[in-house]
Amino acid sequence: MSILRKRGDFVESEQQLARRHARGRVVLSVFQLATLIGVIVLVVLLLTIIKNSFGYSAVQNEVDPESLAVNGIPLESLTKSQLATILQANVSAGLFARFEHDQPIAERDAANIYDLIQEHVIAPEVEESWNLYDSLTKKDQILVLMNEQYPDAELQFLSWVNWDFVRSQQSSHPEIAGVRTAILGSLWTISIAIFFSLPVGVAAAVYLQEYARDNFLNRIIQTNINNLAGVPSIIYGILGLAIFVRAFGAFTSGVAFGAADSSTANGRTILSAGLTLGVLVLPLIIINAQEAIKAVPNSLREAGLGLGASRWETVWAHVLPNSIAGILTGSILAVSRAIGETAPLVVIGASTFIQVDPDGPFSKFTTLPAQIYQWTVRPQGAFHNIAAAASLVLLVLLLALNATAIVLRNKYSRRL
Amino acid sequence: MANSSNGNYAIKADKLSVYYGEFRAVREVDLGIEPRRITAIIGPSGCGKSTVLRALKSLCELIPSVHTEGKVVFGGRNIYELDVDPVEVRRRIGMVFQKPNPFPKSIYENVAWGARINGFKGDMDELVESTLKSAALWDEVHDKLDQSGTSLSGGQQQRLCIARAIAVKPDIILMDEPCSALDPIATLRIEELMHDLAKDYTIIIVTHNMQQAARVSDFTAFFSLSEDGKRAGTLMEYGETKHMFTRPEKKITEDYITGRFG
Repeated sequence: MSILRKRGDFVESEQQLARRHARGRVVLSVFQLATLIGVIVLVVLLLTIIKNSFGYSAVQNEVDPESLAVNGIPLESLTKSQLATILQANVSAGLFARFEHDQPIAERDAANIYDLIQEHVIAPEVEESWNLYDSLTKKDQILVLMNEQYPDAELQFLSWVNWDFVRSQQSSHPEIAGVRTAILGSLWTISIAIFFSLPVGVAAAVYLQEYARDNFLNRIIQTNINNLAGVPSIIYGILGLAIFVRAFGAFTSGVAFGAADSSTANGRTILSAGLTLGVLVLPLIIINAQEAIKAVPNSLREAGLGLGASRWETVWAHVLPNSIAGILTGSILAVSRAIGETAPLVVIGASTFIQVDPDGPFSKFTTLPAQIYQWTVRPQGAFHNIAAAASLVLLVLLLALNATAIVLRNKYSRRL
Repeated sequence: MANSSNGNYAIKADKLSVYYGEFRAVREVDLGIEPRRITAIIGPSGCGKSTVLRALKSLCELIPSVHTEGKVVFGGRNIYELDVDPVEVRRRIGMVFQKPNPFPKSIYENVAWGARINGFKGDMDELVESTLKSAALWDEVHDKLDQSGTSLSGGQQQRLCIARAIAVKPDIILMDEPCSALDPIATLRIEELMHDLAKDYTIIIVTHNMQQAARVSDFTAFFSLSEDGKRAGTLMEYGETKHMFTRPEKKITEDYITGRFG
């Protein structure tokens, strides 16, 4: 029995109620669909990266490592002098002289010489690689193809992302190239970006939120900060190129501090990159910090000021401690945007090929996304595999950052 | 207007007007507060009671677009003169707000913080204990001083706020509807506390509750909107509470007190 009835001007019939519920269900399914699309996009993205990071490869060695064994002892168990002899016997005299020049063979350890033999004697080369999907579903066809085209090659199931990949430096051979230089470059630039933008951003946010009066000038400033947060990153790259690399090149290259030789000076350093990223995330940090500060209830400010505290004492003792969780979360999210930036760093001059680890703010650099970009544009298929592997490394780095944000938020957030 | 005994006021508003932008919310209030007495401010909603209270302790100017005219004489000085530091004024005039707003810090720190920033150099433990005793809270919290002030019940929180206010040894305590968020038992405890505190402090309380005004106050100021159509808060009548509640001078006061409007 229905409890509905007509009352005054309210026409509350069962059909009308059913229509209202139906409308609600339509809207609900739209929301669910939108969420579903988002999830699908994410899954496809992840699958694409994973698909290219693992799979069968046809690996062709220049020299069979087993043929290098001495008296049945495999290559990796040989002594340093035996390895040095093998190296000298199998590379040209000129190349051996270059190794000697870079670092005398006598001073190198066995692992280092083993790596040289791997790279220059055995010289494994990936003739062709198949993605994970093909590897799992078309193994028969791959085997047939192997026999036809690369009868000497060995079919290996490779995980392109592995510990060696994270640990090794850049190389022109994708089989042995790694992302160590890029990871270090990313960590350096992002540290400088945080070091610069976090104090500046929080200080600006405190000023705008706690001190600035609501007048024309401050409204202009606020509007501009909001707009700056939306400026495309490449424009920050151009700004960084003009200011940090060119105008202040003497400082960013370290010449002014005697840290670099003025003849080789250019401002395409970690410092320039870090400052550019810092400027890029500054508006985001300001806005996020402002929101966090705004969320502190006014009653706390009144309580502090009402006790005869100055504005700064109130901000320091009550406003900042109660907004620190939000400030940190917002800042880390801003920073994880910066860590994925490619365009501005390419503009200010990330190195295309660099094997030297960055050792300070005045080093040349590359970063993970810049490295991924460099590898993606190469024609050889194996570079695409390591680009995918580097993407996985970048994603893990981002996940680690975001996890830090969550941990910090939970640690510092308190009930007001 | 006030039937003062000797003209030696704890604080005195002199033709005090408060503006929100162009709008004059409070018009030319003359109000002298007797020292060590409880003065209640009553009146219908929106007549500027809380605004007057805030104006008495230089809190209004924290809101952009608010400005005041006239004088508030406190300690022989007009607190709105430029060389009077509002920070000092706010220390000497404490305030308890409508909603309990303890700091999300320990109970101990809630009391100690104000004293510390104001240069208290004595024994802090002793100050915290004596202050909490004065606020009738010590027995309930002495074994959990390191717990957060926000973990207390509403009534305890409000007494903690009173303790926080008296820890800096103010001359005057302003209370803006301190019991409106509390149940009757917690309200009763605050009222008893106010009676005790009135031995040492001048108390001004804004309240919506007529019975409360009649119960706790020595003097009552009745505010209402002006009848000239400009809707500015005006002091209608001010006098001893027992006279106000038995023989009010004005018809509008009688109407309000007897519940005919407001």
